[in-house]
Amino acid sequence: MTAVRRIVVVGASAAGLGTAEALRRRGYDGELVLVGAEAHLPYDRPPLSKQVLAGAWEPERVQLRTDEKLADLRLDLRLATRATGVSGRQVLLDGGDRLDFDGLVIATGVVPRTLPGVEGVGGVHVLRTLDDALSLRVELLAGPRLVVVGAGLIGCEVAATARKLGLDVTLVDPLPVPMSRQIGPELGELVANMHGENGVHLRFGVGVASVRSEAGRVTGVVLTDGTEVAADAMLVGIGSTAVTDWLEGSGIPVDSTGVLCDARCSAAPGVYAVGDVASWEHPVLGRIRLEHRTNATEQAMSVAVNLLGAQQEYRPLPYFWSDQYDTKLQMFGWPLPGDDLEVVEGTPADGSFIATYRRGGELTGVLGWNSVRGLRPFRQELMKAMAG
Amino acid sequence: MRVEIDQDKCCGAGSCVLSAPEVFDQRESDGIVVLLEEEPGDELRDAVEEAAERCPAAAITVLEQ
Repeated sequence: MTAVRRIVVVGASAAGLGTAEALRRRGYDGELVLVGAEAHLPYDRPPLSKQVLAGAWEPERVQLRTDEKLADLRLDLRLATRATGVSGRQVLLDGGDRLDFDGLVIATGVVPRTLPGVEGVGGVHVLRTLDDALSLRVELLAGPRLVVVGAGLIGCEVAATARKLGLDVTLVDPLPVPMSRQIGPELGELVANMHGENGVHLRFGVGVASVRSEAGRVTGVVLTDGTEVAADAMLVGIGSTAVTDWLEGSGIPVDSTGVLCDARCSAAPGVYAVGDVASWEHPVLGRIRLEHRTNATEQAMSVAVNLLGAQQEYRPLPYFWSDQYDTKLQMFGWPLPGDDLEVVEGTPADGSFIATYRRGGELTGVLGWNSVRGLRPFRQELMKAMAG
Repeated sequence: MRVEIDQDKCCGAGSCVLSAPEVFDQRESDGIVVLLEEEPGDELRDAVEEAAERCPAAAITVLEQ
């Protein structure tokens, strides 16, 4: 491999910063440019829907590394700067700069999808960035009736945080139970119960037909069964789209899922993708894109060693967690619809249990519900399966 | 080397225990990190630095003495 003298990392969140950090730790001594669209220093996203939204943490607490640690990385840090394209071995920036690169890391993440027709309607929020969280927090402080559309991770966590703040919360999802994509319908039912017991109005199995507004502010949500829920504020958490539009015409392969990479997370010679934006060929699980916090860091480490000349396949064990009310959910693995679910330790009635998912007898996933250390043997077994 | 943990930031993923089981453990109840060794020996440096790097909550800081 020819000497790598300048690596440009586009995206300054966990995956982008993690790649930069891993490169330095592995001895990369060349130029290292980190380009971030937001004005903030690299920060962590999982606390946004919880500690930051609740006001338990000052916004500064989410900064991923101290100023000193960042300085140690000797970065050419370009914040509040968007990459607008890639041409040959150059990244184009919105200020007009062109950066030559030997290595390019695409870490531009995702943007939340929103509902049609709500653009510019006051009181309608999404949650992805620190600024999103702070503006939703200001909204919640006024004590609104909040309608959360979408009962995935973000929707469920925001609903829980808002209930703990004492707000009137309605959770809406077209599927019959929350989080069914992540943990399946049986355990999704338990999540529904948890929100019900905590006083959330549950509207599952119905979609949003339209959003009502007056004088430019949301006043209610009309559901597909014809009922209307009054709303002073709304959080839309219906999934996200990978940020790849800036790569159009670059020759770097993308599709609707993200940047298309091989098993080494490479999309083109010297070009890698990492984090939420990367759709890569997992040697065991097939093509996959993970919007998980731990994936950002682990994939960053893999991309860094490959940039420096290794040929490492990236074959992680998927993992996510979610904190709602006093419950911690942790999932290792990648269960699919139809996998057999079995509670193997504790019981749902106790509020603490472990459940396994199996396909043809093979372990495909394990979920801990307020149960942490008992997950370890299952995690080891799943890690072995990922190692191939 | 000296290790500091922030239990308030910790999300209980247990990545650190995989990287450096000699230095980190988790509480039984909620999986929050427990520091077993505040000043681990140099032979554990790589493992501890990896744990800090992998931590999904940036809850581990490695300080030089």
